[in-house]
Amino acid sequence: MAREQTGAAGQRKANGAAKTQPSKGKTLAQVESGGKDELLKYYRDMLLIRRFEERAGQLYGMGLIGGFCHLYIGQEAIAVGVQAAQKPGDQVITGYREHGHMLACGMDPKEVMAELTGRASGSSKGKGGSMHMFSTEAAFYGGHGIVGAQVSLGTGLALANRYRDDGKVAFTYFGDGAANQGQVYESFNMAELWSLPVVYVIENNQYAMGTSIDRSSAETHLYKRGASFRIPGEEVDGMDVMAVKAAAEKAAEHARSGKGPYILEMKTYRYRGHSMSDPAKYRTRDEVDEIRKTRDPIDHVEEMLEKNGWADEATLKAIDAEVKRIVADAAEFARTSPEPDPSELYTDVYTASPVGASA
Amino acid sequence: MTDILMPALSPTMEEGTLAKWHVKVGDKVRSGDIIAEIETDKATMEVEAVDEGTIEELLVAEGAEEVKVNTPIARLSGEDGASAAPPPMTADPQPASRAEASGDPQRQPVAEPPPAQAMPAAPVAVPIPDAELPQGVKLVKVTVRDALRDAMAEEMRRDPDVFLMGEEVAQYQGAYKVSRDLLAEFGDKRVIDTPITEHGFAGLGVGAAMAGLKPIIEFMTFNFAMQAIDHIINSAAKTLYMSGGQIKCSVVFRGPNGAASRVGAQHSQDYAGWYGHVPGLKVLAPYDAADAKGLLKAAIRDPNPVVFLEHEMLYGTEFDVPEGIDWVVPIGKAKVRREGTDVTLVSYSRMVGFCLQAAEKLAEQGIQAEVVDLRTIRPMDIETVVESVKKTNRLVTAEEGWGPMGVGAEVCAKVVELAFDYLDAPPLRVHQEDVPLPYAANLEVLSLPSVDKIVQAAKAVCYK
Repeated sequence: MAREQTGAAGQRKANGAAKTQPSKGKTLAQVESGGKDELLKYYRDMLLIRRFEERAGQLYGMGLIGGFCHLYIGQEAIAVGVQAAQKPGDQVITGYREHGHMLACGMDPKEVMAELTGRASGSSKGKGGSMHMFSTEAAFYGGHGIVGAQVSLGTGLALANRYRDDGKVAFTYFGDGAANQGQVYESFNMAELWSLPVVYVIENNQYAMGTSIDRSSAETHLYKRGASFRIPGEEVDGMDVMAVKAAAEKAAEHARSGKGPYILEMKTYRYRGHSMSDPAKYRTRDEVDEIRKTRDPIDHVEEMLEKNGWADEATLKAIDAEVKRIVADAAEFARTSPEPDPSELYTDVYTASPVGASA
Repeated sequence: MTDILMPALSPTMEEGTLAKWHVKVGDKVRSGDIIAEIETDKATMEVEAVDEGTIEELLVAEGAEEVKVNTPIARLSGEDGASAAPPPMTADPQPASRAEASGDPQRQPVAEPPPAQAMPAAPVAVPIPDAELPQGVKLVKVTVRDALRDAMAEEMRRDPDVFLMGEEVAQYQGAYKVSRDLLAEFGDKRVIDTPITEHGFAGLGVGAAMAGLKPIIEFMTFNFAMQAIDHIINSAAKTLYMSGGQIKCSVVFRGPNGAASRVGAQHSQDYAGWYGHVPGLKVLAPYDAADAKGLLKAAIRDPNPVVFLEHEMLYGTEFDVPEGIDWVVPIGKAKVRREGTDVTLVSYSRMVGFCLQAAEKLAEQGIQAEVVDLRTIRPMDIETVVESVKKTNRLVTAEEGWGPMGVGAEVCAKVVELAFDYLDAPPLRVHQEDVPLPYAANLEVLSLPSVDKIVQAAKAVCYK
């Protein structure tokens, strides 16, 4: 019923306010000349995330990373493409599959990897772990382990932006699983009601842990989920970094100009299991292989670079080597850094109160 | 002939002002006609006639203040007056009697004992001078409700990053009128009405705090904050630690906590123990208006998430509050509200008033109780409690929450740990019975702590 009412992609909604449509932005196939440096940068940034995650998986297998560890492999084009649309000061907040976003934000891979291994030199001094990392410097607000919590928090970042009228946009990521959480809709309502500058980036990798979107969602077109709040939404090819960037630019402009929130549904796929301990028996090997073969975000860019004559094999190999070195250094740093001093157990529970404010 | 009685317009209303008569003697009224406007401390309400007839006499003049609930305010002659008469609550329609007759303990606290400073000098237990007050400071009578409002207003004037957000805080002036007049002074950017979405707006508040603002999140009652407890604990309390000290979260979650009056199990819960359990949170539960104001100002200035537990039954109670100074009460300091030598009574929030009343009764029986008001649940000032127990050698705790894993349990454990050799009797806890709070008046009384229960516990630990 919901599907019939909301109609097909591209159709104007009955309430006249929420437009939901596929992205019309520039895609990889339409990259113009002059895009060479840009595309090379995205290639490198995506490759860094992939190699970083592969190494994280390896360190997990070696017992150097504990607990939960959710890898971003397959989804790299989203964090990199959205980052490209951001302006300095714009905030990013996401869930627990956040290693890629942190690297895209420019956080030091050493710091991130050392947090994964629980070391003092980690971005949270080893006290956060894989799911709980932050960087005030990079305006990266986590790294949240409770599914959907980041949606309210990110909307709150946008409330602060509106309060200060500072022109910043809060990019709030969540997955297809979180899209069914109640607080998402409470946040949508307030975001539109108060015209908050927030871009909701739904990374629809089609599986909420082991439950496919068809088995969990009455409306599987998640970009329509804002329709009853009059929030416009778009479906975007999340495997195409240029399409992601173009859609994010448009959404950011909408939010920044005071028109309120915008929803981007990034159609994507994660190659690995939900977490390291997930054998992913809920989908076939063929399904994964097919996507890797035909839709891989990094392979796509590589093809474009070669097709346009912007990068020969030597150039790509040099980038590959640079990325491998960065990741190897990060892994070595994370492996050899000391664990936090026992005295750190009791620090950072409270912020010291300014004198005179309270005891 | 039928008497029209002053109606109770809220679960906790004791009295009100007869703001306006809409009828005069000789008017014929039908049921449903508006006959008067009654002003309570929360709102102005229209009163409709329930019976048909002619107004014979107006018994209370327009503008009369402090008209007690159930006082006859007009007399109606009706064709069928007898059947239209409201069922008499008691033989005596005086409100105090109604409270007693219904056995409703919630009616008592509004007649709270005067604050310690103003208490008449008992023969032995002399009220102690308030060492916290600067010498010569002027004291004025202020309700807890207005003290909280003044605290927010003063802090909002002082710091443009402070704002208030919650249900009905702006245009409605606060569900309990705590935020009265704030919208007019600060505008809708800083006094924000939210939809009824606790989980969502608590999350927005925490997010805004992570971005450096200082939100005050009002929950209409803390019962509704159950919907938001994930953000209070997982998002607000833990993020500083999880971020290695990077992400600060200066936010105040405030609202009424504990049992109001006859509102049943889902609206009558004390969360002090719940939040007091969580590292990263500070938890405050003031009793009088001076602490309500001073601690709320401290909470707003504090760079950490603070859970600020108020009590609806105290909102309308007046206490002395220092005037003309920047009155900030330090977080984490208990207060000895009455000195004594025989037993230490430890409590917080509304139960402090009960303990002070219990101390009076105990004094009549020759037992001198020392009353310690924790004020802050976390970080708890256990030193003050231990010092007191070292003197009295006996301990009773009182709280509205359930006993198991509660605030009293924590106080007892700490005292046993730190002052075991000083105890002359096992400590006792007074708390709500281990059941959801019942609605029936008699069962509610049985379930909640009372002055008598505290007296009995104190006597028991004194072996008397």
